[in-house]
Amino acid sequence: MRLSQAWVVARHELRQLRQRRGILVGLIAFPVGVGLGFPALVDLQLVPHGGPDPGSWAPMYLNAFAFWFVIGAASLPTTIASYSIVGEKVSKSLEPLLATPTTDGEILLGKALGALLPTLFAMWLGAALYQGLIDVGTVGAFGYLYYPNWQMAVELFVAAPLVALVAIEASVIISSRVTDFRSAQQYASVLLLPMIIIYVAAEIVLPLNAVNLLLLSGIFALVALALYRVSLRAFRRDEILTRWK
Amino acid sequence: MIHAENLTKRFGDLTAVDHVSLDVREGEVFGFLGPNGAGKTTTVRMLSGLISKSAGSAVVAGCEVGKEADALRLREQIGILPENVGLYEGSSAYENLEYFGQLHRMDPTALRSNIERLLRTMDLWEKKDVRVETFSKGMKQKLAIARTLVHDPVLLFLDEPTANLDPEAAKMVRETILALRRERRTIFLNTHNLDEAQRVCDRVGILRTRLLTVGSPRELEAGLHGRRTVVRLERATETLARAVQDRIGPRPVEVSGDRLLIDVEDPDRENPEIAAAIVAAGGRILELTQPSASLEEVYLKLVHEGAAGS
Ligand SMILES: Nc1ncnc2c1ncn2[C@@H]1O[C@H](COP(=O)(O)OP(=O)(O)OP(=O)(O)O)[C@@H](O)[C@H]1O
Ligand SMILES: [Mg+2]
Repeated sequence: MRLSQAWVVARHELRQLRQRRGILVGLIAFPVGVGLGFPALVDLQLVPHGGPDPGSWAPMYLNAFAFWFVIGAASLPTTIASYSIVGEKVSKSLEPLLATPTTDGEILLGKALGALLPTLFAMWLGAALYQGLIDVGTVGAFGYLYYPNWQMAVELFVAAPLVALVAIEASVIISSRVTDFRSAQQYASVLLLPMIIIYVAAEIVLPLNAVNLLLLSGIFALVALALYRVSLRAFRRDEILTRWK
Repeated sequence: MIHAENLTKRFGDLTAVDHVSLDVREGEVFGFLGPNGAGKTTTVRMLSGLISKSAGSAVVAGCEVGKEADALRLREQIGILPENVGLYEGSSAYENLEYFGQLHRMDPTALRSNIERLLRTMDLWEKKDVRVETFSKGMKQKLAIARTLVHDPVLLFLDEPTANLDPEAAKMVRETILALRRERRTIFLNTHNLDEAQRVCDRVGILRTRLLTVGSPRELEAGLHGRRTVVRLERATETLARAVQDRIGPRPVEVSGDRLLIDVEDPDRENPEIAAAIVAAGGRILELTQPSASLEEVYLKLVHEGAAGS
């Protein structure tokens, strides 16, 4: 595996992304929406009008809202990755690509980076916005700066990348089986289900603190590892040229 | 440049390519002819290491096909124009070539000059920054050929480069192939266009799952009927036929209308004797020819025999 070769593929993927307006809109709209929407809700509604001593109950909301950056990391890269693979399938450009001195693993890693980097960049940017605005609105009521904290750090630098990786690998596997972008998207959207379940469970049984998030990330890591093997097998050149439809 | 022995590919129960053995020499244009489904694309994909072979062996550009350690080196040295051009339609002509040059780990300066040279040769330099989706089919095909050349490969596989092109675009592409031939590049050309094979190939192989024959277009044409000399006369008679047989030996000689049809072994030696015998016997020769079958006739005959045999 030559990282420089994978990087050539990744750079090309990032360049292709500029041509896909729909994906770009999502990449900007999601983090900006979450980064502005939740602080607006917290700073203007919850904390001023939600009752006495916000420092005791508001953090629960904040932790739940922050999890949206993990949910985003699970949803955004599926669009990019499926588009990248199904798109090449439709335009038949995989065969010439496979004819170059690039290994299957390098192509796969390049495509994965092409989906992972913009996703993380968007999430981190949105999270910076979110944390700043939350701090500005709550420091008066709390008496201290809520962000940055460990919970957010684990979320952004451990959970989100791992979840994004799982989403990308799943998209690769799904994309190898379908012929159009729409169905790839539909199958990939099933991935959001476990995220929603975690989100709901967080309210009841599993508070999303730094420790629990690390445990969850361990599970994500295991899933990512398992899917890595499957996706690598789905992306063998012999397979792509003779079995993929 | 290519040496294949008993190359075979099976897809489940279907044998797509069956024990194909062939050699392609350095600097030659080798035409691979065959009807739809003959296994041309499958053979090219095997030879270039894109798909695995079921049996047999092949050495291409000094690399053993199917050997993991040789795979990257093999792909470094060859250029493939697939059946479907597969360009990035939303990118410019320049970007398409640049990406492939980078994948071949070319030095940026060499890459830039190669791209410019190729785009100029293909008459596409003015359009280098235009998105490929606006190109005509012929322009796309030329750009795809440029893409296979961007890293200066020693061996080119072109899979039906003129299929689906209008006559003018096909001519454009054919001229490009002829220019590459003048540069002494080794080219493996899949086609079912016989005229094209005749015009650009040094040798052709005819495939129908099995390799039916290999030879230069001339050899194949000559080989079909054996060789035959046709003499058109003022009046063809049995007497003249016997006179010819007396001179060159017991050969089948047929009288057909105003013609004598004579099977010959060595036309350069025998034709003057035939003429002399006829003249000596009082015949008046209007025309003496050595017609050969067209490549098309050879092709159709072999492909149909191949079908009957399988
Ligand atoms: N991935 C595959 N799975 C099953 N069968 C295949 C596959 N690829 C090719 N075949 C079969 O193998 C045979 C040879 O196909 P191939 O594409 O090599 O022919 P071809 O000579 O290139 O034909 P054409 O002139 O139509 O391009 C055909 O019968 C085809 O249906
Ligand atoms: Mg073919």
